Amino acid sequence: MSQLDLRELHSTEFPVPADMQSNVAITSLSKIYNWSRRSSMWPMLFGLACCAIEMIATAASRYDTARFGMEVMRATPRQSDLMIVSGTVTKKMIVPIVRLYNQMPEPKYVLAMGACASGGGPFKEGYNVVSGIDQYVPVDVYVPGCPPTPQALLNGLIALQKRIDGQSLGNMDDVPWYGVGPSDPVPVPILGPDIIDPRQMEMIRAQAERAASGESYGTRELPAAAMDVIAPRTEAAARPAQAPAAAEVATDDPDRAEALRKREEALARKRARQAAQNLDS
Amino acid sequence: MADQTINSEALKTGDISAAVDYLKAQYPDAISDDTREGYNGIIIARDQLVEVARAMRDDLGFDYLSNAAAVDYLGIEDSMEMVYHAYRTSGGAALAFKAQTPRAQAEIPSLIEVWPGADFQEREAYDLHGIAFPGHPNLRRILLWDGFDGHPLRKDWQEAYYEEDHKPFESRWPKGFVRRAEELNIYGKNVKYPADLDLNSLADTSEESVYANMGLGVDVQQLDNGDELQTDKLVVNLGPHHPSTHGVFRMVVTLNGETVEKLEPVMGYLHRNHEKIGERNAWLHNMPFTDRLDYISSMSNNLGYALAVEQLLARGARYQPPTYRAEVVRVLMVELTRIVNHFWAIGFLLNDLGAFFTPALYAINERELILDFFEAVAGSRMMCNYMRFGGIYKDLPERIHAVANLVNDKMRDYDTMDYLVELINERIPRAVDQLDQYLTDSEIIRARTIGVGYLPKEMAIAYSAAGPLLRASGVSYDVRRADPYSIYPELDFDVAVRYNGDIYDRYLIRLDEMRESLRILRQLLPRLEVTHGEPIMPGGKQGPYMPRVPIGESYGHVENPKGELGYYVVSAGDAKGTQNPWRYHVRAPSFINLTALGQMCRGHKVADIVAILGSIDIVLGETDR
Repeated sequence: MSQLDLRELHSTEFPVPADMQSNVAITSLSKIYNWSRRSSMWPMLFGLACCAIEMIATAASRYDTARFGMEVMRATPRQSDLMIVSGTVTKKMIVPIVRLYNQMPEPKYVLAMGACASGGGPFKEGYNVVSGIDQYVPVDVYVPGCPPTPQALLNGLIALQKRIDGQSLGNMDDVPWYGVGPSDPVPVPILGPDIIDPRQMEMIRAQAERAASGESYGTRELPAAAMDVIAPRTEAAARPAQAPAAAEVATDDPDRAEALRKREEALARKRARQAAQNLDS
Repeated sequence: MADQTINSEALKTGDISAAVDYLKAQYPDAISDDTREGYNGIIIARDQLVEVARAMRDDLGFDYLSNAAAVDYLGIEDSMEMVYHAYRTSGGAALAFKAQTPRAQAEIPSLIEVWPGADFQEREAYDLHGIAFPGHPNLRRILLWDGFDGHPLRKDWQEAYYEEDHKPFESRWPKGFVRRAEELNIYGKNVKYPADLDLNSLADTSEESVYANMGLGVDVQQLDNGDELQTDKLVVNLGPHHPSTHGVFRMVVTLNGETVEKLEPVMGYLHRNHEKIGERNAWLHNMPFTDRLDYISSMSNNLGYALAVEQLLARGARYQPPTYRAEVVRVLMVELTRIVNHFWAIGFLLNDLGAFFTPALYAINERELILDFFEAVAGSRMMCNYMRFGGIYKDLPERIHAVANLVNDKMRDYDTMDYLVELINERIPRAVDQLDQYLTDSEIIRARTIGVGYLPKEMAIAYSAAGPLLRASGVSYDVRRADPYSIYPELDFDVAVRYNGDIYDRYLIRLDEMRESLRILRQLLPRLEVTHGEPIMPGGKQGPYMPRVPIGESYGHVENPKGELGYYVVSAGDAKGTQNPWRYHVRAPSFINLTALGQMCRGHKVADIVAILGSIDIVLGETDR
């Protein structure tokens, strides 16, 4: 248990005699509000995968989140302030996760723990894996690692506390739950042939119409120079194997141009070799 | 008659070739040898599969179906096949047998009548490969949801982020432009929709089939005064978000009052496509992925995969087996892992019994010390990625010191052997005794666990239960003794076995196993001293990063803390040997142990379900893969 030290709350503008400083503090409403919120941040008892094990280890005696007032893990979203997304988010699991998030009362925070929750991690390419929880619910703090060590998670929790310290009751954008009321619930995804995000319904409809009329599904536009490189590669399987000449490279720096040109040549040689092997076999 | 009895007894314990000869004599039309290069076992015509399987079980004593995996040979043979590995619980090698089916309208008769343990594995093959199993009573998707488009482990199925068939990919930074997979997807997400997506019925129907067979209805009881009491049966969902389910596991339960009438496990909430990714990776790339299967015991997972691939590599000309030093360190790590796992399992079993977190705090205290050792040796607390084909990644360091974990602002610094000696001779035995002393005679624990979740011996074998679950039901089957690997034959230890098959015995057997592991570890300490400084890889240098693995199949299995962990790997497609596995299948003990869960819970109160699940000790990373 952290001991209450009133000096933490003290605002320096208002002088308090030194011998009274441990008894009296003059402070702002925002400060005491944030201080009490950050010191009783209750996480949801909610483990997804490997990171959950490290989360439990963080809560256990050696690392001890009770030092930050975070030891009260609530098994229901309705009593919790913080969702620690500890592990790989799958398409099948995102539906319950969004429901849980919607049930949390505001102010609510989300901490993406580990590589998977932040962006898909080592399993990103998997057909049942969501590339990061932030595709569906807003995230306040990302903690890298696979899994993050307990120290890293503690660092993330402290980062979250700092974030809370920065919020001000005077600015309603900071505390929208008092200003404009609770935020809208995140639409719950649908498990169809693949996961369907209701927010993308218009886009899916437009693409399906394209497909129905015989056109191919659209692809995303990247910067033109990048598309030049990608376009041949995405069609590479259909294209007859031949060694492309080293492409012209546009850059101002001569050293960099030279390096890129050499790289292109090496790649061209590699492709030619592969093409020859393919012909052999 | 007497002759026949003796004869059949001999058959039931004889070697595999005698068994195969017997089957060939009985079913000459159905059975042929698997003559493909690098393959072994027999191929059974699929129309007689059930008959032959029954003969295997009844006449030959192969009572334990360990593994059933589907393989898609698109482009090689244009067929799919199911590969089965059956064992005798009395010990011995596997009888591998296969059944083949054309890819279009793939169908293989279900073996669920012969070995009920095939249940989930056949459902998995149906889900991921699209093989139908006529005769299976509950053939639904198991890992993915009902309504998912396609069967992902078929070789011609491509996911939304598909780039190339094999890793390593070409540069992700062509001309210096970073490119991420979602940038090429119009939706910016890992999704793809079929061309015939029906936009008018975008409703979530994945839940309907879950509740379809739950046996709802009205229960009618005759009261003493002649009236009838009518009560509705109730369906309750436990999970996927439930504090007791050890992850994202879900159980749909039909209750009559408080009594469980039917329990249906629903899984796949952590299905992260381990096998599909594994078939794209190079052989060694899969090693860190195996860490994330049973993420509490990553070192054992590493060993199983290394053994499976080493079996294949052993067919190559230049293969050298692991050095003795490597084997000693491997066993050291694996047994420490077993202790870590059992501490965890016992701590969280108590959690499930309602003693929230305090016993777990005691149980996982010593775990931290073992994890410190892992971190010092392998570089990571949990995801060790430590084993390599033919050895280990790195030898034990001379000293263990950690800057990250300060104790009273002092950096801890120990001699490695001193650290191990103290751990193995002092700290862990004390912690085990402490658990024993606090828990074993506890009135509450005995009342909650004795006689609950009973799994009879025959049923444990039939349902392919493995590990502590099997041994607590009185079957003395341990892969370390039944089909020995590494240096276990020269180590002196007993296979812990208990006979009551309830939660209490499953708790006790974990204590027993920890003590047996300590016994093994004590024997390893002098071996570590003797082999100090010897090479950890044959030839003294690191193995190749991208080994070419000779074609063929292999099944490597180890006794993981949770049960038999098997890897079925196939190397095919390139006569010179391949850089990527063709098939990479994991026989996950947590997954298959759950087959018996429904049976074990029937008739108990709803509060006992949680305890029964806790006593099986599952990890979702492995269950769902």
